[in-house]
This record gives sequence, structure tokens and C-alpha cells, in this order.
Amino acid sequence: MSPSAKMKPPVGANDHVQGAANAPVTLVEYGDYECPYCGEAYPIVKALQERLGKQMRFVFRNFPLSEMHPHAEHAAEAAEAAGGQGKFWEMHDLLYENQDALEDEDLARYAKALKLDMPRFIKEMESHHYAERVRADFSSGVRSGVNGTPSFFINGARHDGPFDLASLLAAIKEAA
Amino acid sequence: MAEDANKILAAGTAAPDFSLHSTPDQLVSLRDFRGAPLIVAFYPADWSPVCGDQMALYNEVLSEFHKFKAAIVGISVDGAWCHDAFALARKLHFPLLSDFEPKGAVARKYGAYRDADGVAERALFVIDPKGTIAWSYLSPVGVNPGADGILDALEALAAKK
Repeated sequence: MSPSAKMKPPVGANDHVQGAANAPVTLVEYGDYECPYCGEAYPIVKALQERLGKQMRFVFRNFPLSEMHPHAEHAAEAAEAAGGQGKFWEMHDLLYENQDALEDEDLARYAKALKLDMPRFIKEMESHHYAERVRADFSSGVRSGVNGTPSFFINGARHDGPFDLASLLAAIKEAA
Repeated sequence: MAEDANKILAAGTAAPDFSLHSTPDQLVSLRDFRGAPLIVAFYPADWSPVCGDQMALYNEVLSEFHKFKAAIVGISVDGAWCHDAFALARKLHFPLLSDFEPKGAVARKYGAYRDADGVAERALFVIDPKGTIAWSYLSPVGVNPGADGILDALEALAAKK
């Protein structure tokens, strides 16, 4: 609920994290790779990271709205599969930079471009090896009060305002 | 605002019965859901972007609700044909009920009607298997309340058993 929306569980060893663990601000995004609003947020998060440097760490959790976005689940699994080979963020970026090309062939193309072990990538995609992981992120989002995508949490509290650069910067400064 | 927050039916109240159209030729009643928890989500209108998000979110979260054997219905004052088109467009897998004639009668019984606007509030109720309200929440009309409160309430209900 809006007054008490608190992220659970807190950022842990399983999360995909960019930035220093001791940064005063942790920004968590629950996102969907096919969601156009998450696409809008992607360069904003990059700009925040550039501006704030060591002051902020960024965490991405999966929240695919699969009924609305038929490619979102597979895209999330592909990012996790790349993560299994140490290239989560590279795939995350490729997906957001190519939101209109998220067919399975496209995902394989990106995996190839990242020089992933292709037999392993294909096997893990076909067996939905990371589906459970994606679902766990989704469930944690639901329990944390995610009410759409993207949903941002700043130091564990849901950010309810707009997510343009100025608004996020102001909210982060307040939390720091 | 504080006045509003007090007006929706509170936990412990018997949930008022209703019988509303889910499609132009199908009626759905509260008593159809006896024996399992029911989530009743009143919302202002089909098609407005925030509502779309709220119903779309519940659509994505259905499997989490089903873990508690809970069903969900959405209720607004839109007509059954309108609900039909909206549910089809958003691929919704749960019924939207039409509180259309007399307009808003069910929403009023739950204290979830906005007289000034002529639409339902954005109000959530979790009704226990015996038909008593276990939890209710009135959201600011512009804010999608999410699903965490509903799931917390379902969890508390399951723990009571």
C-alpha cells in the first residue's frame, strides 16, 4: 500500500548490482524489458549513475508483465542466462536498446554478440532454467507493492512520483 | 480525506450480497464465492490509464491469488458491453462486474461510491470464505494500490485457519 510500501527482501547476494555496496543510496528498479516506460527509464538510470557515481548503487529485478507483453518473460530469462555467464548487464542494456526486437531469434543474436557459450545459452532458454528466478523477483515485487513498471525503490521505500531525471535526483538527494 | 477513509465497510462487517452482470447474459453473485476467499476490487472506470494498470496488474498476479484459493472480481459502474471490450483488450482472466443499474448500488452498499463523480472509489475488500469482510482499503483515487495489501490479508486469513 502506498504509505508503507517497503521493499522485501532487501538487496542480497542474488541480486544484480552495479556500484559500491557501501553507497549511501540504493536504487532498485522492478522492470519489464518490453515495457515502453521502462525503455524511457533506461537512459535516465544511466544518467543518474553517471551523475552520482559512487553515491548510488543500482539493482535491477525482473517484473515481466507477461499477459501484456508477450516477449517480456523470455527476455528476462535471457538476461538471467547471460548473467549465469557473467554478462547480465551487457544483455540488460542490449535488451533495452532493442526493445522492438525481442523475438527468441533476436535474443539468441544478442547472446552471440556477447560471445556467450551458445549451446549452454540455448539449452538454458529451452529448459526455462531461469524461470523460477524471474518468478521469485516478480513475487518479491508484488509483495513489496510494485504497482506497475517501472517501479523504483530508493533505500527500500517505493518512489511514487514521476521518474524523470530531476524527480529521481531530488528523491535520491532526500534519501541520501 | 479522513472522512472518506472511514466510510468504506470495515473488517468484521458482513459483506453485502450482490448479483451483477459479468457479461451481458451472465450474472455473478457474492454467494457464488462462498467457501473460499474473494477479492473485490472497486475501481472508477474501464479504460482510464490508472485503472488499466490496476486491473492489468491483478491479471498478472492471479497465480499468487490462486495460491490462497482466492478469486477476484473487479466492479465499476461501466456497462457489461464496455467491460467485455475492456477485458478482451487487456486479456483479463477474471470477471469484471457491472454496477450499472441502479447505478453504483453495490458500491454504495460497500461505502465505495464517489457521489461527486458518479463512479466507484478505488477500494479493495478481501472477503473471507464465510462472507465476512476480513480487510478493506480505500486508495487515493489516482494511486494504483498494488497487490501487497491484498496478499498480506489473504496470508493473515490463511494463518487464522
